[in-house]
Amino acid sequence: MDVDLSVEKLSKHFKEFTAVDNVSFDVERGNFFSILGPSGCGKTTLLRMIAGFEEPSEGTIRIRGRDMASVAPNRRPVNLIFQHLALFPMMNVAENIGFGLARRNESKAEINKKVGDILERVNLPGFESKKIHQLSGGQMQRVAIARSLVLDPTVLLLDEPLGALDLKLREQMKIELKRLQEQVGTTFVYITHDQSEALVMSDYVAVMNEGKFEQIDTPQKLYARPTSPFVARFVGNNNRLLGKVMKSSGGLTELATPNGDKIRAATQLNVTPGSRAELFIRPESIIIEPGELPDLNRLQVVVGSVLFDGANSQLLARSGDADEELLISLPQNRQFDHIRAGDHIEIGWDVSAGNCFVMS
Amino acid sequence: MKKKVLSLFIAGGFLFGLGAGANAETLELLTWKGYAPQSLVEKFEKETGITVKTTYSNNEEMIAKLRATRGAGFDLAQPSQDRISSVQEKFNIYQPIDYSKIDTALIIPSMLEAVKKNTMVDGKSYGVPHVYGTSGLIVNRKAAPDADDYTALLDPKYEGRVSYRLKRPTLIAMAFAGGTDPFALYGDEAKYQELMEGIGQKLIDAKGLVKTYWTNGDALLQSMRSGEVNVAMAWDNGGWKLNAENPDIDFVAPKSGALGWIDTFAIPAKAENVEAAYKWINFMMRPENAAVFTNAEKYGTASAGAIEFYEADVKANFERSFTKADIDNIKWYPPVPAKLEEIEGKILDKVKASN
Amino acid sequence: MTPLSRARSRLPLLIFLTPILLWLLLLIVLPHFDLLRMSFRVENNSGDMVWSANNYLEFFREPIYWLTFTRTAVYAVIVTVLTLCIAFPVAFYITKVAPPRFKGFFSLLLLMPFWVSELVRIYGWMILLRESGVINHFLVAWGILQQPVELLYNDIAMIMGLVYTSMLFMVVPLLSVLDSLDDSLIEAAYDLGSNSATIVRSIIIPHAMPGIASGSIVVFMLSLGNYLTPNLMGGKNSLWFTEQIYNQFIASFNWNQGSAFGFLLLVISSLIIFIGLKLTNQQLSRVIR
Ligand SMILES: Nc1ncnc2c1ncn2[C@@H]1O[C@H](COP(=O)(O)OP(=O)(O)OP(=O)(O)O)[C@@H](O)[C@H]1O
Ligand SMILES: [Mg+2]
Repeated sequence: MDVDLSVEKLSKHFKEFTAVDNVSFDVERGNFFSILGPSGCGKTTLLRMIAGFEEPSEGTIRIRGRDMASVAPNRRPVNLIFQHLALFPMMNVAENIGFGLARRNESKAEINKKVGDILERVNLPGFESKKIHQLSGGQMQRVAIARSLVLDPTVLLLDEPLGALDLKLREQMKIELKRLQEQVGTTFVYITHDQSEALVMSDYVAVMNEGKFEQIDTPQKLYARPTSPFVARFVGNNNRLLGKVMKSSGGLTELATPNGDKIRAATQLNVTPGSRAELFIRPESIIIEPGELPDLNRLQVVVGSVLFDGANSQLLARSGDADEELLISLPQNRQFDHIRAGDHIEIGWDVSAGNCFVMS
Repeated sequence: MKKKVLSLFIAGGFLFGLGAGANAETLELLTWKGYAPQSLVEKFEKETGITVKTTYSNNEEMIAKLRATRGAGFDLAQPSQDRISSVQEKFNIYQPIDYSKIDTALIIPSMLEAVKKNTMVDGKSYGVPHVYGTSGLIVNRKAAPDADDYTALLDPKYEGRVSYRLKRPTLIAMAFAGGTDPFALYGDEAKYQELMEGIGQKLIDAKGLVKTYWTNGDALLQSMRSGEVNVAMAWDNGGWKLNAENPDIDFVAPKSGALGWIDTFAIPAKAENVEAAYKWINFMMRPENAAVFTNAEKYGTASAGAIEFYEADVKANFERSFTKADIDNIKWYPPVPAKLEEIEGKILDKVKASN
Repeated sequence: MTPLSRARSRLPLLIFLTPILLWLLLLIVLPHFDLLRMSFRVENNSGDMVWSANNYLEFFREPIYWLTFTRTAVYAVIVTVLTLCIAFPVAFYITKVAPPRFKGFFSLLLLMPFWVSELVRIYGWMILLRESGVINHFLVAWGILQQPVELLYNDIAMIMGLVYTSMLFMVVPLLSVLDSLDDSLIEAAYDLGSNSATIVRSIIIPHAMPGIASGSIVVFMLSLGNYLTPNLMGGKNSLWFTEQIYNQFIASFNWNQGSAFGFLLLVISSLIIFIGLKLTNQQLSRVIR
């Protein structure tokens, strides 16, 4: 596969503060690549370096193998969709979209045709002469995407473009954006702090924290096999159990929690007994009243509260006098309708279901 | 709401306070810069308890100000004697002087008589002489040793070192320098116009020689001090002030005659404190007070006994610049008919606008 | 809201507006009516005042008057354009380039000359430019000039003085309008392939247009109405139209002619501004805001 964007050991320092710290990754042609991270972790800074608006402190950026170090933003084969879209309010929709084409000295007729086509593409046919302030949030979104896509960039960079939209619209645009990307086949580098956006749309997701990449993986692997506690906590809901390693052999480690529960977990390597470890276990991996199933960790818990939310209903329960309550998925198949707050129940999960990390 | 009511009260109180403050007796004086020295104002205030408020102006603006209010707002004005009668006829902005209220013994009799005559309208007179002086040349003797008449202002020898005002005295002076008495033509509008047009053309032709047409006396003196200007038409006292700093520079009475002016006291038609105005006139004409003014400003005063109190250099100035013949040759401005100023105005505009 | 309560809520507003309206009426509107009336009065041969448009016709009949006006207007336009050309980069630098903590300092620096009166500012320039002035002194001392030359009393000095006096009135509206320009618009245009020239032309200037227009109107009007600067710094032939109005009122005692000139100034300058706005496709209401 061809690599469209290749970033190598990229760093950005603002005085003493390091916003992007030694980041490397490749994006293959036609991929939807997301960078997911909390606010302020350096996502925008990274993207602006790729677009050319910030000078990297160290490292190289290559697009289709070409070093971008001395290439000005208006000469790079990438386009950026800004966090707040940055549509030109003094121009109408057609002028906005045609702006980049006009800079390439394309003919009027050609521009009109391309603008018409791309508007069709983003489901805004006939919007040419609308003023920007007459558009809804979602329409502005699409115009901004059309304005960049019409230039047919090698890589399209998107900086939280859905951030300003309300929840419903965001869900809808998510799907639309994904479909659009598949249709046009342009390489997307997409920034977000919303894990659901990243998981739904992306081929690959990079999780970023304090300027560093924690993990680059497919959404599925990221979810199932986070390689760091940060990723485990940041991507999806997770329960965290702390414990001391009692023994470890054959990829199986036994932990003792502070309130005396004994838990087994699968680990890659053997772990020295006595060290501390944390175990992450997803709510939907926990089985309520498991009965006779084999190879389970089992805990007796007291139900704190029942959180009814349709298909996403959950239980909060506590084992003994543990610090944190456990979040447990509550399937709505009527089997557990009898559970009330204060009930004593048994829960369990497969020994291989959790992810265990040793704490340094 | 409470706040607004409160602020209304405060605003009301302010107005009230202002009203109360205006109670003390005041004299509103409309005069020239330097005509009411601070020391004399303080002395007068101490003597009479009247507060003096001065507004500085010049002939044209004085007339315009009083005309706008039809003679209200000031208790005493100081126009030149030649600018009173025609203005009074037309706009009726002054009231006749009650000479019985003036200590006429303090005033040089010939000057008083001349002013009475020149400011007469319908048998009543409107002015009391205060200050007199002349316009002539201020010359840097080193750079322009033979500049002795207004024609020096048109002399290519002094190219770029000449300055004068674009005002009526310049036109009058040029007329005398050209051998015509403009005052004799005051009654003949057409002839006067012709004369002025000729002079205007001369000024246009000689425009290239002029450094700048000065508008501010202090700025002119600065230019002469620094040697940027060597020949200028200006008031005598300016030349004398410079002479004290640099003996090369002095006032010169031109051969064709210095132009003599007399500034007067005149009482506006709607003066509020006429009594204070008379008090100020009598106060200013007292010899010791008049001399304070003259010693500071170098202008002559119409006060009869003041000469006793003159400082030596003031006397010397006058003797240096004026021979007996020069004094006899001073052209005193007669009252100017209103229409002529419009003719002059247009010619001056033309001179200024020409290239 | 009931009509009564609405009326009540307006009462305080009315009370506070009344002085302002009275002030406008008494001090601005009424005198203008009087001037307008006066401008149509002319003294006939027998010395009586009669109605006539002669004062206005005089303006067009006498070349000095309309030539002076044309000159004044042309120079005011030049001053406006020059001020804009200088103020725009300055305002752009302050809002978009300078480090944020220096912004206040730079604005203060611009404001500083206005702490002294116009007269003092002009004298400052005169001290610098005059033949025996500071600049000449250094030019001669450094051997660049053999003889000092007069830098003052010409049209260039006058224009410079006017531009200097006008700077603030152009910079302030530009500062506020450029401040409201989102930086990402500039970056977006750059990203879409523009060079600096097209960004200025197609993004920055259209965005700044209301500020440019309002600044230009103010500067144009101030230059047109200036009296001191042309008079003190200008050349021997720098007759300014305001000086002519002054001369009519003060020197020639012809208030009727003076009022007519005043109204012509008002009408023609409004017309020039109107044409300017039309040419640049601006609306007055937006510009004033
Ligand atoms: N020009 C700058 N000078 C100094 N610090 C900066 C600059 N630009 C960004 N930073 C800092 O770098 C860090 C990363 O900023 P960045 O805008 O990349 O965050 P982000 O991940 O995009 O956050 P968000 O999700 O809130 O947009 C922040 O702590 C920010 O304060
Ligand atoms: Mg960001």
